[in-house]
Amino acid sequence: MHFGRRAMNWNALLPLFILASSLLPGLVIFFLPEDRVRTRITLNMAGAIIKVVLVGFVLWGVYIGQHYETRLPFLPGLDLVLRADALSILFITLSTILWLVTTIYAIGYLEDSPHRSRFFGFFSLCVTATVGVALAGNLLTFVLFYELLTLATYPLIVHRGTEEARHAGRTYLTYTIIGGALLLIGTVWLYGLTGTLEFTHRGFLAELVSTQHNALIIIFILLIAGLGVKAALVPFHGWLPQAMIAPAPVSALLHAVAVVKAGAFGIVRVVYDVYGIEFADSLGVTLPLAIMAAVTIIYGSVRALFQDDLKRRLAFSTVSQVSYIALGVALVGPIATIGGLVHLVHQGVMKITLFFCAGNLAETLGIHKVSQMDGVGRRMPWTMAAFTIGAFGMMGAPPIAGFVSKWYLGLGALDAGQDWVIFILAGSSLLNAAYFLPVLHRAWFKEAVADWPTDHHFGRRETAWALLFPPLFTAFLSLTLGLLASMPFSPLVWARFITTLEYAP
Amino acid sequence: MIMLWHNISWQAMPVLLPLVGAMLCFLLPQRIKFLGLMIALAIAASVFALLLQVLDEGVLRYSVGGWGAPLGIDLYTDGLSLLMLLMTALVGLGISIYAIAYFKSDKAVHFWPLWMLLWAALNALFLSADLFNLYVTLELLGLSAVALVALAGGANALGAAMRYLFVSLLGSLFYLLGLALLYHSFATVDIALLAQRIEETPAVWAAMGLMSAGLLLKTALFPLHFWLPPAHANAPAPVSALLSALVVKASFYILLRLWLDVFPPTNSMLVQFLGLLGACAVLWGGLQALRQTRLKMLIAYSTVAQLGYLFIAFPLATGMAWKGSLYLLISHALAKSAMFLAAGNLLRFGGHDRITQLDRVAQRLPLTLAAFALAGVSIMGLPPSGGFIGKWLLLDVALRSGQWWWAVILMLGSLLAAAYIFKVIGHAFTQAEVAHEAIEVSKMMEWSAFLLALAAIVLGLVSPWPLALMDIGSPFNTALSATCTSGVAQ
Repeated sequence: MHFGRRAMNWNALLPLFILASSLLPGLVIFFLPEDRVRTRITLNMAGAIIKVVLVGFVLWGVYIGQHYETRLPFLPGLDLVLRADALSILFITLSTILWLVTTIYAIGYLEDSPHRSRFFGFFSLCVTATVGVALAGNLLTFVLFYELLTLATYPLIVHRGTEEARHAGRTYLTYTIIGGALLLIGTVWLYGLTGTLEFTHRGFLAELVSTQHNALIIIFILLIAGLGVKAALVPFHGWLPQAMIAPAPVSALLHAVAVVKAGAFGIVRVVYDVYGIEFADSLGVTLPLAIMAAVTIIYGSVRALFQDDLKRRLAFSTVSQVSYIALGVALVGPIATIGGLVHLVHQGVMKITLFFCAGNLAETLGIHKVSQMDGVGRRMPWTMAAFTIGAFGMMGAPPIAGFVSKWYLGLGALDAGQDWVIFILAGSSLLNAAYFLPVLHRAWFKEAVADWPTDHHFGRRETAWALLFPPLFTAFLSLTLGLLASMPFSPLVWARFITTLEYAP
Repeated sequence: MIMLWHNISWQAMPVLLPLVGAMLCFLLPQRIKFLGLMIALAIAASVFALLLQVLDEGVLRYSVGGWGAPLGIDLYTDGLSLLMLLMTALVGLGISIYAIAYFKSDKAVHFWPLWMLLWAALNALFLSADLFNLYVTLELLGLSAVALVALAGGANALGAAMRYLFVSLLGSLFYLLGLALLYHSFATVDIALLAQRIEETPAVWAAMGLMSAGLLLKTALFPLHFWLPPAHANAPAPVSALLSALVVKASFYILLRLWLDVFPPTNSMLVQFLGLLGACAVLWGGLQALRQTRLKMLIAYSTVAQLGYLFIAFPLATGMAWKGSLYLLISHALAKSAMFLAAGNLLRFGGHDRITQLDRVAQRLPLTLAAFALAGVSIMGLPPSGGFIGKWLLLDVALRSGQWWWAVILMLGSLLAAAYIFKVIGHAFTQAEVAHEAIEVSKMMEWSAFLLALAAIVLGLVSPWPLALMDIGSPFNTALSATCTSGVAQ
């Protein structure tokens, strides 16, 4: 009995600890002088590793049926709720592992550059906000961390302090603050109608009388518009390519883990745990969402074709790829849901690999454009090998993780009777090939130019260890997630687990 | 000892202490900074003691000298007045600590007595139980505020102070005229007695119009805001902070008391009109703030916009809406004082407050920039901050009662606020070519701004407590609330 009470208390505190493991080091780092490199690295790594351990513990706990929930009074009738359920575990595990890797990368990348304390402080805040988004147990808590994420990423985007960075930051804010406002209005309105905002499996709106259905449709539009800004759904994607001005680790984090994922994750939450997929379907809002996602998938890919700037090409690729998640969610059917959910993880791992590699090319050889990449595969074989794996994964080639996502999305579309989606998926794969294969061709098969824009030497290695390890690790992960997709605790198995919760009769 | 504690009525202390302080500061100019700090701490402590007493005993009423209404002076403390006192104590303490480092001794000699007088006026105003006392304290407040504005010296400051003086006197005059009408009709100025005797006569309508107009002028509600930006922007930093954070709130407080307790429930045209003016203030103030090139002017126009929010509660007029409005008022006090103090640091550091040249501040005064940014979070109404709680409550009421247009105004105001605040922050992060001569800024000035801003954020995390305090004496549970909600329900 006594032991049981204590276990309850620990379970109520764990979500808070997970937040604190990045928040507290971040706050301390803000006050560190620039030259305390060792302390800063220790704090960063300790926070990241503690978070991995805690999340691993919670992952196991949720699997065996424990409940982890922190509740703090916040507004009259509304609590701040942090809860680890199956869906949050999926996102939080992704962000925690990739944060650890990105921290290592960022330490290597920003060596000797100014304002590192500021950078790592906001970096930690950014991850805290992402984890908060993942753990949010009601829509109010979600909004809180969603807005915090906006605020924490802004200083990272303008980090370089150039006039161009300021403009990119302004564009980013214009989109995200307006998006946040729409989300807030939708949330308050929803609260007024229902008197609760608690995320519930299969939603909490189905009981409302049908006279309120029109209001619910408008609220759905408001919420999806607010979330679509961060998820870079067309036409709300304009900020993303501009935000490429940020340092590479920030782009990596923004695209794979934090910002776009928070938006996509929010869409998943709203469709499943606020509206409930069946109720959303009966309102008739899922098909427009699916079409919007499909348009984004094609549009992003087409725009990516024409970008010479490597990071911009990757950015448009993100616009396209993240919408797979929304597409999988909006196709009403369990198999498509699995595809969408698992892509949340797979896209993150693959895209972060690509951004790490792009950062390595820029940092080591000064290469920023696709047209400068001739023969770079021979100068940096490991980096380009990782890039190749990521790129093939994005195209959906087996056995890399991306294949698994596309397979389930395709099957799910047929299962849901939405055959047109097959053409979208096939078209997107072709377009992906069309913008990635030329890059690979240049890198591996073209004759190298005489000298690179700026060539840094790192002895026998092709680049610094801290820059090389992260992409190799995530490339390996992309491969493993595809090869071992049916192992216990793989994202695929976990996504199936979540889907049974959402669709079980 | 415990007996003694209970026998003391702490109500008079927040008024007496600053009055004594003002005299001491005037008499002992050589020890003025130490004295000022001690008295500020003592005032804060006395307000805290009053808080404990009210929590213990509920609403307090105290007759000074034992005379009692309608003859003597009554002090009255409910949740509303207590929160205003607490807000003043917190902001006042922050400003006092800042002022110690900010003013050199020649200015300090003038600043401290005036500031103590102003503080006494504020506290007395929030504790007054009758309309005539409110007039006296309002006048005292106005005069000490005008003197403080003039403290900066120079043609700009004197011009602004002069204009401020006229506005202040005009506002008080209107108020006094209305008061005379009320006294003539009902032979009392006590708020509680008036509330019982009030009838709907032409004289009352006239009094209502006059007093409201005077107070709106002093609260700088659009379009009567013209005097505020120059007065607030040209004053020394601590004075700007206390004007924007506290002084304009005092006249709003009286207005709130009058409309909630004294005036008869009106038809909804009038409250809709107040709401409309508030909406105009939110939009106009925001747009003007965005246009400014000087930081202090930007912050001053932001005050115009933020004051507009407070009036959106009038057409909504439920208990929750008043609470939201009051929450915004308190958060704004903390955030705006932090902002003006932060601006004072930047001004001292760089010798100018041109927004486009605020480069290199982020690196050199990170704490000050953090203060500005945190205060900005509350001003924008982003979570978690006091501003968010207030805005949430207002949004909730607006959408629930179907008056969605007020929600739109609230959101537009937030967007404008985000635009002007990030305009500043963006420039502070950007590096420009030229470096400038920097003057050292005291750590005390940086930390007091930062802590005030932090308080605005913390206010967003502890909302159950202030909201519970607002219920003491149920100041918002009045006829006005009842009629307006029923009007909406129909």
